[in-house]
Amino acid sequence: MVTVVVILLAIIAAIFGIILGYSAIRFRVEGNPVVDKIDALLPQTQCGQCTYPGCRPYAEAMASGEAPINQCPPGGEATIVALADLLGVEVLPLNAENGEVKEGKTVVVIDEQTCIGCTLCIQACPVDAILGAAKQMHTIITSECTGCDLCIPPCPVDCIHIVPVEQNMNNWKWPAPNGGHAAPKAS
Amino acid sequence: MTEYALILLSTILVNNFVLVKFLGLCPFMGVSRKLETAIGMALATTFVLTLSSVCSFLVNQYILAPLGIEFMRTIMFILVIAVVVQFTEMVVHKTSPMLYNVLGIFLPLITTNCAVLGVALLNVQEQHGFLQSLFYGFGAAVGFSMVLILFAAMREKIAAADVPEIFQGSAIALITAGIMSLAFMGFGGLIKV
Repeated sequence: MVTVVVILLAIIAAIFGIILGYSAIRFRVEGNPVVDKIDALLPQTQCGQCTYPGCRPYAEAMASGEAPINQCPPGGEATIVALADLLGVEVLPLNAENGEVKEGKTVVVIDEQTCIGCTLCIQACPVDAILGAAKQMHTIITSECTGCDLCIPPCPVDCIHIVPVEQNMNNWKWPAPNGGHAAPKAS
Repeated sequence: MTEYALILLSTILVNNFVLVKFLGLCPFMGVSRKLETAIGMALATTFVLTLSSVCSFLVNQYILAPLGIEFMRTIMFILVIAVVVQFTEMVVHKTSPMLYNVLGIFLPLITTNCAVLGVALLNVQEQHGFLQSLFYGFGAAVGFSMVLILFAAMREKIAAADVPEIFQGSAIALITAGIMSLAFMGFGGLIKV
């Protein structure tokens, strides 16, 4: 009697195992779709102010619950609200240690009289917006600069300055419509 | 037909599994903090309850009863429930990764939701047939879902309300659940004995 029961239990467990094994293949999840969704909400400045080496690593850290959602100064409050909505957590104020939200877009310029050509800022730039070579004067490609200010701390002669970008006929863009995925919801 | 309607009415309102039979209180208190999560949990539990009710009926009827080994019922039902929950977890992970993240540990914990095993065992006790088991499981699930969603909606309002300090948190939630349970006792008068 006991033998029959044990064998029967083993057979049924094996059948269930096969069913589950098949559905594990059938419903396999490629990668982590949550990371993609978080990554789509981040501003993609790749500035590293969140202490991660770029937007995607930060998205991965948030998806695994290692990082809080309030470490992205370029995204500002709109991004935090969108992330809180996506991840189902409370909205947090921006962590001041990671930087401050800027009023409007800024870029940096190099004071070319002072520049000694050390190339340190080139290594710091996440978007390769700085042009120059060793012992040659450097300059910044303004249209590529994301305004992350990461080149300022490494500069030994403090020749990099922040300038606000003024809106004119050439760079004005139609503002994003309300209800976009990064905008805070009404309720 | 009347019989099935009565089973549904009985499980949803009169003998509601959470508020009258006090089964499945763990997810009822645990996942009712946000309405969206509660709806996700309700859907997952509905799926598991209905499917496991039918599966355990089939296992009992065609495997355990013919061989006369009904004493293995509990362990077999747990096995069936665990498989159904595992399957549900895979489906949820595939179809809604966000919900999967939000539900977290509560999704595998449906296995230990006593309402699920309760439905399976009550089916045997009340000698339900196949369709009766199906409706009994589904009705129990709908009752559970309805109560969970109602409770989550109330808790969202309570979170914004000015609750006296001593009642804050779980205390007010338990009191709310108790008052809801009292209200559901009123449905006992629906059926003349």
